[in-house]
Amino acid sequence: MIISVASGKGGTGKTTIATSLALSLDRELQFIDCDVEEPNAHIFLKPEINASETVGLPVPRIDPGRCVLCGHCQEVCAYNAIAVTSLQVLTFPELCHSCGACALLCPQQAIEEIPREIGTLETGALRTFSGRAIRFVHGRLNPKEVATPHLIRQVKARIEPDSLVIMDAPPGTTCPVVQTIKDSHFCILVTEPTPFGFHDLKLIIELLKQIRIPHGVVINRCDIGDRQVESFCEEQQIPVLMRIPFSLDIARMYSRGVALIEADRQYRRKFQEMFEIIEPRALQPDSLQ
Amino acid sequence: MKICVTAQDKDLNTSVDPRFGRCGYFLIIDTESLSCEAIENPNRETGGGAGIRSGQMMSANQVEAVLTGHMGPNAFRTIASENIQIFLGIAGPVREVVEKFKQGQYQPAGAPDTGSHQTPLS
Amino acid sequence: MKTIVIISGKGGTGKTVTCASFAALARNHILVDCDVDAADLHLLLHPQVREKHIFQKGQTARIDAARCLQCGQCRGRCRFQAIRADFQVDALACEGCGLCARICPTGAAVMEDNTCGQWYLSETRYGPMVHADLYPGEENSGKLVAKIREAAAEEAQKRGLEYVIVDGSPGIGCPVIASLSGADLAVIVTEPTLSGIHDMERVMTVAQHFRIPTRVVINKYDLNEVNTLKIEDDQRSKGNEILGRIPFSKTVPESVVRGVPLVEYAQNDAARAMRNLWQAIQVYLVEESVAKKDAS
Repeated sequence: MIISVASGKGGTGKTTIATSLALSLDRELQFIDCDVEEPNAHIFLKPEINASETVGLPVPRIDPGRCVLCGHCQEVCAYNAIAVTSLQVLTFPELCHSCGACALLCPQQAIEEIPREIGTLETGALRTFSGRAIRFVHGRLNPKEVATPHLIRQVKARIEPDSLVIMDAPPGTTCPVVQTIKDSHFCILVTEPTPFGFHDLKLIIELLKQIRIPHGVVINRCDIGDRQVESFCEEQQIPVLMRIPFSLDIARMYSRGVALIEADRQYRRKFQEMFEIIEPRALQPDSLQ
Repeated sequence: MKICVTAQDKDLNTSVDPRFGRCGYFLIIDTESLSCEAIENPNRETGGGAGIRSGQMMSANQVEAVLTGHMGPNAFRTIASENIQIFLGIAGPVREVVEKFKQGQYQPAGAPDTGSHQTPLS
Repeated sequence: MKTIVIISGKGGTGKTVTCASFAALARNHILVDCDVDAADLHLLLHPQVREKHIFQKGQTARIDAARCLQCGQCRGRCRFQAIRADFQVDALACEGCGLCARICPTGAAVMEDNTCGQWYLSETRYGPMVHADLYPGEENSGKLVAKIREAAAEEAQKRGLEYVIVDGSPGIGCPVIASLSGADLAVIVTEPTLSGIHDMERVMTVAQHFRIPTRVVINKYDLNEVNTLKIEDDQRSKGNEILGRIPFSKTVPESVVRGVPLVEYAQNDAARAMRNLWQAIQVYLVEESVAKKDAS
């Protein structure tokens, strides 16, 4: 079963919830941090990293011996990543989406695809408080790279299909988020009861309805703000899975990289209860569209 | 010789447009006769690679030198690969700029002066 | 005209709240909300939309079931897993490369222009504002951000405005790069947490690559004064004094709930710190122009 944790608005506590859930369940599972632009889960889970590899994306390389400068590659490239000049073919790898069209369609078969490094993928492990193994994967996009969805796909390729998987998604509602959550069996949405949290929550819920993933809401810092989120969830019959009041102590501990359930042990039971609400509502693993 | 100056409007009386890839107009100017052809830039709204497309127009118009305010690495590479000279940091009324060019007052640029993903700004 | 871009790396550090206060304090400016994925600035500034524009970018494939032979060539070649088992296109996954349309033997697969969002030129109590909404699930390539930056620059020129104040995108990807373009100063709003510091460093690398000067603001600084000092020392060692520190205060979320900029909601330490911050930015910009004039 794959449970993703997303938000819409950044900074609402996705990583806090995802990591605390993983630690509270106290069983073997896999934790995947898909926020490849700003991965943070490792700060709280503190896994021992045991493997690191660079991730590459295929980009075209032209064989000048076979190229006749016909210009077909430029014509088929939707991203202006190939320019055929009077003397040579120039490629612009940072614009390339790695679709493979140029290599496939070159009439002279003068194009091969070679990997270009866009980031790293690290795997590791940690143990819960009673010694169960949590296997950890995250990706880190190289700064200035734009290939976020591709790296997310690589990270997700490490999902163990028969495990319980908890996935930390990037913030927002666009492509990288969709890439991350689209085959989850359940999505936990973390929000705050402010106009910002509410506005962004509605956006991500619209998306989840479109891709038909069951979801529930965690209201973080629930005592600072207004009632719009609660009312909305009631109206829309979206389960509120947990309410976490603001605590300066917890905020201070967070600033030092201490996970919520380590800062306040009482939360362990709350996260276990949350999982009990989620489990029956999650899509059956074989019923994905 | 034929040169290209990026411009805000269609004739020699206008000012240099500091952008290359998404400038308003490309003025193709014959430095001897001062004849001037204005090409409205078709790449202003293009998704990505405006610099590359605009760069390719330079050799298509048999230009030997390009004068503009700023240029990113993609356009620079595209133009330099055709052995066309590039002059950056150019500003002011186009007519004056052409004069100064003829008098050899400008040095060709060895490298682009901005990062890519430029948005058009003054 | 000076362009000030407020970024953070990490979400939720206070970019938008800061931007809204600057809008209330600055004279002669235009605001741009570049967080097009989840635009929130309007909730504090309440813009009246004057112009609305559709934004189209790229294309999406569509398969005409009537002509489709289900030969599977498209599915086999699509790198984005965008063609489902029923030979319909998953529009959210499609990246518009056009390969399927090119190889489809019957022409059942075609490419169509993709409307992915809309943008607006509006007026607020404090001045003009340009903002946008990217439709959920769309690729945030930064092009919509680039579009609104351009529109704002044109409007600023037209009206002879002094400042372009940009609420930047979170993260480090294309939208951030597009937010940062042409900035005279990137103000990095961070918090003294390990996550905040980690993300601040990553976004700083991006800004520095584009040779944009950065200055750090530490929000909620009193949550962890040890980390606050670490950030300050580290920045100082790189020759950058931090721009300011803002204390944690419940009046901040209260002001968000009320829907007003912090500096209008309260007169406390946090609001004062915000005012000092705007001052510090103006001082920085003046000092930089003087330094440039001296150098030339």
